[in-house]
Amino acid sequence: MSVFTIAVLAAAVRAGTPVLFATLGEIFAERAGILNLGVEGMMLVGALAGFVTTVRTGNPWLGVLAAGAAGGALSLIHALLCVTLRANQVASGLALTIFGTGLSASLGRGYIGVPAAGFHPTPLPGLARLPVLGPVLFHQDPLVYLSYLLVPAAWFVLYRTRWGLEIRAVGEQPEAADAMGVDVARVRYACVATGGVLAGIGGTFLSIAYTSMWIENMTAGRGWIAVALVIFATWDPLRAVVGAYLFGGVNALQLNLQAAGTRLPIYLLLMTPYVFTIIVLVFATRETARKRLGAPAALSVPYSRTG
Amino acid sequence: MIRLRVERRALPSPWASAAAPVLALAAALLAGAVMLAIAGLNPLTAYVDLVSDPFGSVFGWTETIVKTIPLILTGLAVLLPARMRLWNIGAEGQLQCGAIAATWVAVWTPLGHSPVAIPALLLAGMAAGALWCLIPAILRAYLSVNETITTLLMNYIALLLVDYLIYGPWQDPAGRGFPLSAPFPPAAKLPLLIPGTRVHLGLVLALAAVAATAFVLNRTRWGLEIRIIGDNPRAARYAGISLVRNIVLVMGVAGALAGLAGASEVSAIAGRLERGISPGYGYTAILVAWLARLSPLAIVLVALLLGALFVGGDGLQISLGLPIAVVYMLQGLIFFFVLASETLATYRLTARGRSPGRSW
Amino acid sequence: MTPGSPPPRVEMRGITKRFPGVLANDAVDFDVAAGEIHALLGENGAGKSTLMKILYGFYEPDAGEIRLGGVPRRFRSPRDALRHGIGMVFQQFMLVPSLSVAQNVLLSLPGTGWRIDERTAAAQLAAQAVRYGMAIDPAARVWQLSVGEQQRVEILKLLAGGAEVLILDEPTAVLTPQETRDLFATLRRLAAEGRAVVLITHKLAEVTAVADRITVLRHGRRVGTVPAADATARSLARMMVGRETFDHLHRDPVTPGSAAVELADLWAANDRGLPALRGVSLTVRSGEIVGLAGVAGNGQRELGEIVAGLRRPSRGRVWIGGRDRTGASPFEVIQSGVGHIPEDRLGVGVAPRLSVADNLVLKRYREPRFGRGPLLDGAAVAAHARQLIAEFEIQTPSPGTPARALSGGNLQRLILAREISARPRVILAFHPTRGLDISATEAVHRLLLAERRAGAAVLLISEDLDEILLLSDRIAVIFGGALIGVTEAREASVEALGLMMGGQPAP
Repeated sequence: MSVFTIAVLAAAVRAGTPVLFATLGEIFAERAGILNLGVEGMMLVGALAGFVTTVRTGNPWLGVLAAGAAGGALSLIHALLCVTLRANQVASGLALTIFGTGLSASLGRGYIGVPAAGFHPTPLPGLARLPVLGPVLFHQDPLVYLSYLLVPAAWFVLYRTRWGLEIRAVGEQPEAADAMGVDVARVRYACVATGGVLAGIGGTFLSIAYTSMWIENMTAGRGWIAVALVIFATWDPLRAVVGAYLFGGVNALQLNLQAAGTRLPIYLLLMTPYVFTIIVLVFATRETARKRLGAPAALSVPYSRTG
Repeated sequence: MIRLRVERRALPSPWASAAAPVLALAAALLAGAVMLAIAGLNPLTAYVDLVSDPFGSVFGWTETIVKTIPLILTGLAVLLPARMRLWNIGAEGQLQCGAIAATWVAVWTPLGHSPVAIPALLLAGMAAGALWCLIPAILRAYLSVNETITTLLMNYIALLLVDYLIYGPWQDPAGRGFPLSAPFPPAAKLPLLIPGTRVHLGLVLALAAVAATAFVLNRTRWGLEIRIIGDNPRAARYAGISLVRNIVLVMGVAGALAGLAGASEVSAIAGRLERGISPGYGYTAILVAWLARLSPLAIVLVALLLGALFVGGDGLQISLGLPIAVVYMLQGLIFFFVLASETLATYRLTARGRSPGRSW
Repeated sequence: MTPGSPPPRVEMRGITKRFPGVLANDAVDFDVAAGEIHALLGENGAGKSTLMKILYGFYEPDAGEIRLGGVPRRFRSPRDALRHGIGMVFQQFMLVPSLSVAQNVLLSLPGTGWRIDERTAAAQLAAQAVRYGMAIDPAARVWQLSVGEQQRVEILKLLAGGAEVLILDEPTAVLTPQETRDLFATLRRLAAEGRAVVLITHKLAEVTAVADRITVLRHGRRVGTVPAADATARSLARMMVGRETFDHLHRDPVTPGSAAVELADLWAANDRGLPALRGVSLTVRSGEIVGLAGVAGNGQRELGEIVAGLRRPSRGRVWIGGRDRTGASPFEVIQSGVGHIPEDRLGVGVAPRLSVADNLVLKRYREPRFGRGPLLDGAAVAAHARQLIAEFEIQTPSPGTPARALSGGNLQRLILAREISARPRVILAFHPTRGLDISATEAVHRLLLAERRAGAAVLLISEDLDEILLLSDRIAVIFGGALIGVTEAREASVEALGLMMGGQPAP
């Protein structure tokens, strides 16, 4: 395998990681029946929080904590509106995106151009020496390694624990779950918050690992791509990896083409991830319809006991 | 222990429905003030400027109206599909496509110098906007692809398209390398309605669009079909109404309205294709449509208020150095509180605690 | 209660519950003893389900007290009630369709730790099922099960949770007569083991067959409690309704005309892709009512949808009025004169937030009388609405009232008014009286018979055998997607029909 291919694959993993975090988070929220379109806003807020904390403390891990907290806090607004107050989930998510975008841009203006001591690629001893897999998978930022642990953890929680059973029941048939004694509201709050935390971490990956800087709107729609990838992943953590890295691959490929001095116009190349996502969405929608796999049946429907 | 419970009211309380948006606005401003204070600014001076800039002078008023025009059009572009339970988040991109098409007509075709320049570029803008919205519409109508995501992704593509054109083939040779297109010829600039201000013909078009939308929805057969689909898609199908045809038609019209906004903005205000034709009107349009409770006539007032917010935000940029993004923060807060207040109109917050004499 | 005897297993005293606009329970007293099967009888809307949902912890009462074994208790949630040994099987099963039987049972059991061991759970489940004479596959996904099987899962779920008090809400609504007998046998076994069983129902015949005591509710109040031995169907009906019920409608003999609807060898799949119809052939002639009997889920819904144009058959042909309408769209079907009274009134039959007037022209707004060109003539729509409201006695504050404000009976009147006033040559009536009270039911029956007399062809799809027998000229039974038997109504018996509904052809 050529050096160029390996470089692109490694770049694909890197570029796909922020989206992977966000997609995993949104999978939890949607599995519990809550559609959260505010991922973009939560990622931006997390990106800023992580960046600022890293600048102030010099410790990127504290930045990660701050990013998770920021994303989680923002997501609780959505949870309050959608779970307790039963507001329209699409509207609330859009409001969250508008707010998060505005908040991060407003508070972040003083940090444009400021350098931060973010993460650096850290090769894992021994594993980094493996042919092909080594440089692609094990020569990455620590947050990428975190994502490697997160995926099987998410799968395990969802399919092998009681919590996962409750989450899936709440997302499919909250009436049944309620009648069986599950606290629907608590499960939904927890899942939305998880989504927020992971989105925040995904966002800060961009500001302290992928690059070490803060730019307004630096997520450039990745939050939305994550929402699309949840459908592609059929709400399953393992398939989310495929989707995220595919997206990362398209991204990495067009970046590499740019760097290699291709004659294709830059801006047209930059369109490819979005076009790719639309195409993926078309196929994913057809596939879920064909296989009759669906979104969690109660997705985006507010639940109330007397309702 | 007090437990808060949300219980549905029998009928939405009328005074609560009316008071809700006002309370929401007040609460949002309060929360915004807190945030501004945290950011180290004096919220009072900021708010005074926010109100006095758009409404404190004639110039302020006209600038507000200028901003209202695209907000009305994009607001309608969100409202019309929303009446059918479709979410058009792509008004921003449709607006940009309208601007692109208008630029093409004005700058790159002989029509731009002819007496029919204005209608031509406006129609081109509408066609481009409609086309941009038809792609997600067809995907939704025939393949059930979620239009919320596709319309939004198309926004990013449209913005990149604009960048491509103004950095590339359409870059003004006399522009010294700045990302701008060549300027519109005079025949292609929308006439002003009030000389000395920037209020342009677009206002007439926007108000006409409002009237037309209200008329169509309430007085035509097509409007009834739209309302039936919006209320209960299954009943619509049962009644023999074609969902596919209506999705495509409605989204097409919506895109055309947003495209009209783009064409009029680029022609009347910017005068050339450049970055920042829209500070995000297409996104604010979502709030506009929601606050107007999907009523076309109410959109005019709501667009005016949010247009004022933009003008005020511009002023804050100059006076306090605040980024325009603060406007979005405030819009987000308003949106949150309005959503919360709507719940209170249809539901009632009760507290249950122990009280003597009852066993519960 | 005689002094010195143990307190009843469950006691409810003075229970009152209010919902927006309706007093569901008005100071109701109710008790059930261990080892007893107590039937809670009443019409739809009498308050039976509400009362039991309060016992089950789903709702909190506005006033009153509950005692378990003499000890006052308050339940904040179903989980709370479960912990005290109270379990309820609802009309709509509280099962998660996409999960397996074992997973559903595990979910309902509190405190099994955070790791779940499905295999052990499945084995225990299977053993318990056998013990009570219910056959079930623990690994099957719930959506694959028949309704009767799902009900068994619900009962097993409760038993696994240690329920000592079992409440069943209209359990036989979805069962064949044979399955009902099996269920009652299971209930007797459970009662014999000392459990208390509450049976919520509106079916008089069942109540006398299985209950020990019967409590009748009407309009939220308790009318009386009688031992089953002392009750007769008539006395119970009188308590339920407050007057003698009519059980005979005058049916003219009508000579049927030519075939209005012809179905030939229809095959179709359901929403899940499984075969729902297997070669169904049926004819409905003008001036006759053909009743299609069968337990829900045997293909009648798909059949109705095909006739209405809402579903395409994979094989076979449909003729309406002599013209081939196979695969026609709903619009074309409406144009060929088919009226459709849907199963789901609020979900399919009306646009709930639009006005009564708009709903009355839901299918007819395209007609020239309602506007010129693209315009809609509001005055014509309103006049039309006023006329129909008067003619069909739809009770509504005004033609402009949103449809969802109407009661179930008036909603059905609206739908019937709309469908019938268009003078359809075919009427598809899908569970037309489900959830309606006696007077509304009678009104619907009268209208359908009037249409029959006027020459319409009526296809009546219903789970209510009494209704089918009352209205139909011919009766077809559907089971597993195929027609088991088509008989003249006067030759049919409940026994034979019940057997056919359960899949056994009449001898």
